[in-house]
Amino acid sequence: MGIIDRAYGLMDIKKYRYGVFIAILAVTASLPLFLNNYILNVLWNAMFYMLLALGLNIIVGYCGMCDLGYAAKFAVGAYATGILIKSFGWNFWLTLPVSVIAAVVTAVLVGAPTLKLRSDYLAIVTLGFAEIVRITARNLEITGSASGLHSIERPSIFGLRLTHISHWYYVFLALVVLFVIISNRIRNSRFGRALTYIREDEDAAQAMGVNTTGYKLCAYITGAVMGGITGSFYAVRMASVSPASFDFTQSANIMLAVILGGMGKIPGVITGAAFFAVFPELFRDIPFVGNMRMLFFGLLLIIVMIKRPQGLWPERKKKREK
Amino acid sequence: MSLWELILQQTVNGLILGSFYALIALGYSMVYGIIKLLNFAHGDIYMTGAFACLSVFGVLSVIIPGVAGIILSVLAAMVIAAVLGYLAQRFAYGPLLGAPRLSLLITAIGVSLVISNSVMVITNSQPLFFPGVIDNSAGINIGGITVTYIQIILITVSASLMLALTLFIGRTMTGKAMRAISLDKDTCRLMGINVNKIIGLTFIIGSSLAAIAGGLACVYYGNVQFSMGYTIGIKAFTAAVIGGIGSIPGAMLGGLLLGLLEAVGTQFLGSQWKDVFAFGLLIIILILRPNGLLGKSEIERM
Repeated sequence: MGIIDRAYGLMDIKKYRYGVFIAILAVTASLPLFLNNYILNVLWNAMFYMLLALGLNIIVGYCGMCDLGYAAKFAVGAYATGILIKSFGWNFWLTLPVSVIAAVVTAVLVGAPTLKLRSDYLAIVTLGFAEIVRITARNLEITGSASGLHSIERPSIFGLRLTHISHWYYVFLALVVLFVIISNRIRNSRFGRALTYIREDEDAAQAMGVNTTGYKLCAYITGAVMGGITGSFYAVRMASVSPASFDFTQSANIMLAVILGGMGKIPGVITGAAFFAVFPELFRDIPFVGNMRMLFFGLLLIIVMIKRPQGLWPERKKKREK
Repeated sequence: MSLWELILQQTVNGLILGSFYALIALGYSMVYGIIKLLNFAHGDIYMTGAFACLSVFGVLSVIIPGVAGIILSVLAAMVIAAVLGYLAQRFAYGPLLGAPRLSLLITAIGVSLVISNSVMVITNSQPLFFPGVIDNSAGINIGGITVTYIQIILITVSASLMLALTLFIGRTMTGKAMRAISLDKDTCRLMGINVNKIIGLTFIIGSSLAAIAGGLACVYYGNVQFSMGYTIGIKAFTAAVIGGIGSIPGAMLGGLLLGLLEAVGTQFLGSQWKDVFAFGLLIIILILRPNGLLGKSEIERM
C-alpha cells in the first residue's frame, strides 16, 4: 500500500497542478477534430456522469452524508426544463433559473426535516423520495406519463443551434470545467473546511461552534442545484426525458462513481465517473458480462470499503502532529 | 359490495400486507438495534427466500406434493437465507464494525447489489411463477366477505412467529444478551458475552424471518422476480421507523399499521400511488415523531 500511496502523492504536487489541468483541457478540447461521432457520444456520456458525480461529491465526498436518491435531483431539473419548453414554450436558457429554484425547493423539502436526525435516516429518505419523484413522473399527464417527454426543442447559443454531438461535447466540457472550478473553490473556502470538519467528526465540529445542520443543508442544496442544472442540460441534449432514466440504478451508479473514485477528491471523482461511463461500452457486446456489470460493481464496492475505505484515489490528508 | 364489506376486505388485505412488512421490519430493527447498521440487503434476503422456496418446491414437489412440500420448502428457504445473512455479516459487515457508519452503509448497498444481481443473472431477469397447488378461493365467510384459508394461515403464522420472537428476546439468556449488546457492546465483552456470536445469531434470526415472509409471499402472490426485494425493503424499513427503530414490538406495530394505511391509501388514491403514499408517510413520521411510536429518544454517538 505504501508504494501506491507514494505514487498518488507524486501526482498531488501542487506546482504541476495548473499545468496538468490546462494540458488535459487542451487535449480534450481538440478531440472532436479527429474522433468519430460514436466515440464523441461515449465521451459526452462520460462528461455527463462527471457532472453528476461532482454534484454528489459535495454531499457525499465533502460532507459525508449518504444520498441514495441523487437521480431525483437530476430528474427535477430535467422535468422542470422539459415541461417549461414543451408545455409553455419557454426559451431553454430561461428555464435554468427555474430548474435551480426547483432543485433548491426539493433539497430543502427533503433535507430540512431529515438532516438533523440520525445520519442514516437521510439515506432512506432520499431513497424514498427518489421513488416518489419517479412514480409521480410516471403517473402525471404533464410529465408525459410512462413514455416521458419527447422532441424537446434544442436551444441556440449566439445564433448557433445546438444539434450536432460536437456542439454538445463543448457545452458539457465547459460545464465540467465550471463544476470543477466551483468544487475547488468550495473546498478551499470556509464553507468547505466546515464540511470537511463535519465529515471527520460531527460532534467535535458542533462543539467548536460550527452550525452543523445549517452547513449540511447548504451542502445538500449545493449538490442538488448542480444535479438540477445537469438535468436541464441533459433534457435538451437528449431532446427527451423519461422516468426510466431516474431509477435506483442511476443513483447507485453516481454514488459508486464518487466512492470508488475517492470521496472528496476531484480528479478521483472524475476518473470514477469516466470509468462508469466507458466500462459498460467496452463490455456491451459480450452479453453475459454485460448482465453481470452491477454484480461486479457490488463486489468491488464491498472490497474497496474493506480494503481502502477512503476510495481508490483518496484525498491526501495533511499529516497530523503526533 | 357494501361499505362495511369494503372496509372489512381492505382490513384483511392490509393485515396480510402488514404481516409481510412486520416480518421483514423485525430483521431491520434487530440488526439496527444491535450494530446500528441499516441493512440494505435485507429486502434482497426476503427476495432470496422467495426464490429459494420456489426452487426447492420445484424439486421437492415431485416427491412431496401439496402442503407438506410447501412447508418443507419454506423451512429450506429459511436455512438458505440464514446462511446468506450470516455470510454477509461474517465477510462484509464484520470487518467494518469499527469503521465509520457511512462505510458500513455503503457495504450494505454493495451486498444488496450482489444478491439481487446474482439472482437476476440466474433467472435471466424473468419473473418465475409458483405452481397453483393451493386453492386461493376456498375460505370461510366472515361478515359478508370471504377470508381464504391461506390468508388465515398467513396471519396465524406471522402472529405466532412474532409472539415466539418476543418471548425469545424477553425471556431467554440469549435474548437478554442481545438487548445488552444494543445498549453497550464493550461492557458486554467485559462481562464475558460472545458479542460476535450474538451478532451472527441476530443476522440469522432476522434473515430467517425475512425468508419466511418471502416464502409465504411467493405462495400467496404466486410470482417472484429479482427486483421484488427493493421496494418491500424500503417499505419494511419505513414500518420499522414508524414503530421506532430498534424496538421489536415497534416493528410489528409499524408493519401492521403501514399495511393497513396502505390498504386505505390504495382504496382512495389508486394502486399506482400506493408507494408514494407509503414513502410520503415515512417523511411525515420523521418530521413529526422521529423516534417512532414506540422508540426511545436517543442521543447519537456519545
